[in-house]
Amino acid sequence: MTVGGWQPARVVEAVGTTPSARLLHLQVPGWPGNEAGQHVDIRLTAEDGYQAVRSYSIGSYGPGETIELAVDEIPDGEVSPYLVRDVLPGDELEVKGPLGGYFVWRPGGAEPVQLIAGGSGIVPLMAIVRAATDARAAASVRLLYSVRTAEDAIYRDELERQASNGGVALTWRYTRGAPGGWQGRVGRVDDDVLRAATWEPGREPIVYVCGPTGFVEHVADALVGLGHPPARIRTERFGGA
Amino acid sequence: MAVVSRGFGARRRESDPRLPPGQYLTEDFPVLSAGPTPRIDLGEWRFGIRTEGGAETCWTWEEFQALPIEDVDTDIHCVTRWSKLGTSWRGVSLDTLLDEVETDAAYAMAHSYGGYTTNIPLDELREGRAWVAFEFDGEPLDPEHGGPARLLVPHLYFWKSAKWVRGLTLMDDDEPGFWEQNGYNMHGDPWTEERYW
Repeated sequence: MTVGGWQPARVVEAVGTTPSARLLHLQVPGWPGNEAGQHVDIRLTAEDGYQAVRSYSIGSYGPGETIELAVDEIPDGEVSPYLVRDVLPGDELEVKGPLGGYFVWRPGGAEPVQLIAGGSGIVPLMAIVRAATDARAAASVRLLYSVRTAEDAIYRDELERQASNGGVALTWRYTRGAPGGWQGRVGRVDDDVLRAATWEPGREPIVYVCGPTGFVEHVADALVGLGHPPARIRTERFGGA
Repeated sequence: MAVVSRGFGARRRESDPRLPPGQYLTEDFPVLSAGPTPRIDLGEWRFGIRTEGGAETCWTWEEFQALPIEDVDTDIHCVTRWSKLGTSWRGVSLDTLLDEVETDAAYAMAHSYGGYTTNIPLDELREGRAWVAFEFDGEPLDPEHGGPARLLVPHLYFWKSAKWVRGLTLMDDDEPGFWEQNGYNMHGDPWTEERYW
């Protein structure tokens, strides 16, 4: 899977999904397809030649020449505000990838799969949800998704829909405010939440944790404390930059 | 010729000649790790070097602290594209450590608590270019940044600077470490963008 050079890509769809995030569909002629959980480098070039590059997780998986990104705006960023506010269908940019061979899920494994997302950390895990659903492996997958409020949840409708159709088991955790009628508590993911909403260590799940650094550090530490072997916990941290 | 992205560039950051191509400046200290952060007790901590012939040289934390300690001021560059300028570290030079072993090996595999590995040509660990660092910014190195001690090889992408390092295995032939088996470059020079396979 040697990574080639930069490939031109065209934005074919740009839709808001939360107040600060947008789903982008990019058409990439010659895209070789990607595994669930991989990422891509995006390069933007200004008219005077100035360039900036950032990495984004891919929410889609499999063959085909269209990929989906979900970009959350970093307020003082230079690339994410352009992708969330400015870019329009028909605009062009460049991509390199797919990248990364570790934080990926491949069908065929016998073990249960635990996904734990914080905020925009859902994106590579959404690719795994979709891949597992298509592989008829959804019954072995549980997802715990921590968001500030319901409206901050990227992919909320799709996740609710697939869960109610017998797909991946879904547990929400609200850290700031819950929607009306919510029976559970509000707050950070803690040991009680992990015990109630995730596969227990005895089932020997493989665990994928993705989100901001502080979230991932906290959750991964707690999982080890609950008895999950560190080697069964794969993490991807979104740095604060 | 690169594709121009319509309307991009309004929020650009100032460029800096100390930034390698494709990198941007951060004031934070982001974290890249593949799994949970290991917690290592200083009483249990060891750093060892095993040569290609199998000879082992090992230091306890106390023995390690008695070695000559150097101050290092350097820029660091992560393959995820952040760079941090003017970071300050304290640690023991690999020159000091390698002086204690007999070797004709050409490569080293760094091993970490938690199982992480990364491969580096042995020459690139010599001549004042690599350290085992245990202080950052005047404080003991945080576990999430690799404490109690990490490798510091700042002229290569930062995944080569193995966190929670516990030793080196010296090898005649190059072998891929953890990220090197998972899509990243065997060498990792930021100035020539040796990022991926």
